[in-house]
Amino acid sequence: MLMQPDQTHDLPKVETGPPILALNRVTKTFPGVTALSEVSLELFPGKVTALVGENGAGKSTVVKILTGIYQPDGGEIEIDGTPCRFPTAQAAGDAGVTAIHQETVLFDELSVAENIFLGHAPRGRFGLIDTAEMIEKARAILVGIGAQIEPRTKLKDLGIANKHLVAIARALSIDARVVIMDEPTAALSQKEIEELYVLVEELKDQGKAILFISHKFDEIFRIADNYTVFRDGALVGTGSIADVSEAELVKMMVGRDVSQIFPNRAHNIGDEILVVEGYEHPTEFADIGFTLHRGQILGFYGLVGAGRSEFMQSIFGITRPSSGVLRIDGKQVDIRSPADAVANGIVYVPEDRGKQGAITALPIFQNVTLPSLGRTSRNGFLQLAEEFKLARDFTERLDLRAASLDTDVGNLSGGNQQKVVIAKWLATQPKVIILDEPTKGIDIGSKAAVHEFMAELAAQGLAVIMVSSEIPEIMGMSDRVIVMREGRIAAELSADTMTPETLVRHAAGI
Amino acid sequence: MPKNILMSREVLLTGAIALLLAIIASRFPAFIAPTNLANVFNDTAPLILLAIGQMIVILTRCIDLSVAANLALTGMVVAMINVAMPGLPVPVIIVISIGFGALLGVINGVLVWKLAIPPIVVTLGTMTIFRGTIFLLSDGKWVNSHEFSDSFKAFPRTEFLGLPLMSWIAIAAVLLFTLVMSRTTLGRAFYAAGGNPHAATYAGIDVGKTQFWAFTISGALAGLTGYLWVSRFAVAFVDLAGGFELNVVAACVIGGVAIMGGIGTVFGAMLGSLFLGIISNALPVVNISPFWQLAISGGAIIIAVILNAQANRDKGRIILKRAEQAT
Repeated sequence: MLMQPDQTHDLPKVETGPPILALNRVTKTFPGVTALSEVSLELFPGKVTALVGENGAGKSTVVKILTGIYQPDGGEIEIDGTPCRFPTAQAAGDAGVTAIHQETVLFDELSVAENIFLGHAPRGRFGLIDTAEMIEKARAILVGIGAQIEPRTKLKDLGIANKHLVAIARALSIDARVVIMDEPTAALSQKEIEELYVLVEELKDQGKAILFISHKFDEIFRIADNYTVFRDGALVGTGSIADVSEAELVKMMVGRDVSQIFPNRAHNIGDEILVVEGYEHPTEFADIGFTLHRGQILGFYGLVGAGRSEFMQSIFGITRPSSGVLRIDGKQVDIRSPADAVANGIVYVPEDRGKQGAITALPIFQNVTLPSLGRTSRNGFLQLAEEFKLARDFTERLDLRAASLDTDVGNLSGGNQQKVVIAKWLATQPKVIILDEPTKGIDIGSKAAVHEFMAELAAQGLAVIMVSSEIPEIMGMSDRVIVMREGRIAAELSADTMTPETLVRHAAGI
Repeated sequence: MPKNILMSREVLLTGAIALLLAIIASRFPAFIAPTNLANVFNDTAPLILLAIGQMIVILTRCIDLSVAANLALTGMVVAMINVAMPGLPVPVIIVISIGFGALLGVINGVLVWKLAIPPIVVTLGTMTIFRGTIFLLSDGKWVNSHEFSDSFKAFPRTEFLGLPLMSWIAIAAVLLFTLVMSRTTLGRAFYAAGGNPHAATYAGIDVGKTQFWAFTISGALAGLTGYLWVSRFAVAFVDLAGGFELNVVAACVIGGVAIMGGIGTVFGAMLGSLFLGIISNALPVVNISPFWQLAISGGAIIIAVILNAQANRDKGRIILKRAEQAT
């Protein structure tokens, strides 16, 4: 049930001066999905334009089109009013567009200076890279953004916040007219965010056009001049930030009242099922402890890279904690592998479906039965009828729509792939299910289905741990929330004490 | 970070080579006489040249199984040119061998780049095609010592400052490619394309094109080695250097080149080659059967892979403040 873009918003002209860069009715489709449908966007010199929208609204597709990674299927890109094309990332850079991507778009094995100057390193004699000059320039840029990072350090030795700062330094090392910031503050502490604001002001004074993508409204209202809202790949509103309220922005983003999204559910909190004490890892997390009851949904909130997923992977036996105790039903268990975890009733639905969740080249039923092959085989031989029965039982419970259970998972939509992964784990009849960003990157309709299903699981007495970076989801679904920051528990909040402000404050360490 | 420098693969490998030499010297002191070591180096020169090219290819997450076949085909081509035109000066022969080898590399590179065929399949195919082409060119006949011109045979043996030109070419290649890999944008692109192809694309690097250049360089070095090999041993035939591509890959692996791409140095590839070269030269001297020689080389490869895997093992992400080394 996708909402149609709200046609009642007419789109007022924001500025009288000409934009540096404009997207004109740009469309981008992928097999089966329209990622962008005739969206327009204008970026003006010396102005910050905030691009707002839910996950899956098409923001990252726009960034990829502006940086030459994707080619639009329709519409055009204009620079100074002249239509142009960005067939490669290099072409976009040459046209003066630079982007601060997230830390995954850097090179672990290269030094900080090499990361900053990859592709445009200063040249010395014979056209060779001038390493000394490169390190000096890198140091100057890093000092300029208040980052205390030695340019010779290998990137893999940095924490996530510093990697982010390197990504910012990289964007600044390119003399660009248009700077795209894709959630630049996602992993930064408050102090670093303040320094970033100063930097944004400097860039504005230099007459650069800035596209600022963020989920944080306080940030948007603080530094943006204009806003543009996308929903489900379409433009739903644009204008001056001074003429809009936070509530109006949220309404444009979501297209309905926020409170309606989440299911109302009974809170039948049962006995203690999972107790974790003193979980530690040398580099990823420290001093994690909590208790979880049957029928409870425990949210884990934090900034990207706060160590939530890493901690969950250690509970599930993918990594081993250096110390810590885990009790299930009062009995201490030692989990050395995912197989141990499943045997003890803990299952984990990972965030990255592609890498860790579904085996896309296998059909639905084989994915579902994979961890339960012991029950669908006899003397080591698989019983096809049993497999289909098990797969059918659990996919039907999840209302999975597919032509047949023989369909390869790779041919399903993101939402349906997620259902296959969840069905797979439910088939093992777990006591505790860990859902890591369960609705990331899936459409709104599937999201609601996942939320309803999560509520149903809890109602049936399953204990649910939900890792989520979306405040509405955390607020709407959790009975209790643990906020993590830099690998540690920053706060534990109950449903009645959590507010968006307290969550953000604890997560960012303000 | 002095700890990292001490523990670097190159230092470890140099230590392993010194240890190996010490063990051999304890039984056969003459082995470590400078003239003998120079001979060992000269024997290993072709392996070093090929390993440099292979190292670059592996850096970009590819593999080139066609190097030995390229060597043999280019060797046959220049041998037949020499037979047909004995007066053609050696520098021209060298240019032809590099150019022809590069051309064969271009074939691999284009198939990987433009058609996106997995490199192992491409080079397995071209390996067979190159060998077959030698047969077609030569009718399966050998080109023998007496058919070559004297200058053609003399070049790699010509001594300069006490070392044969063969050795000097390997040294020059090591220096040249050390410079290319550390100080040119192409060199940096090889590391980036293999280390994180996704990120390389965002940085404006064409990953496919970078792989194309890696195959071209590997081909050029294989072609040059083809001439050197044929002239040194004064013979060209279909099965020349048969199976040698595996020694080349082994040298890279021992030299600390990560088979998953992104990690490796020219110096490491050279050390890996020398390690294998020393083993193959020393074992006959100390009367160990050639079968043991294979087993020892194989053992060395597995130990190297284990050490690399240990070094690269995921130590977890750095999230806790105390775990971060930067200040």
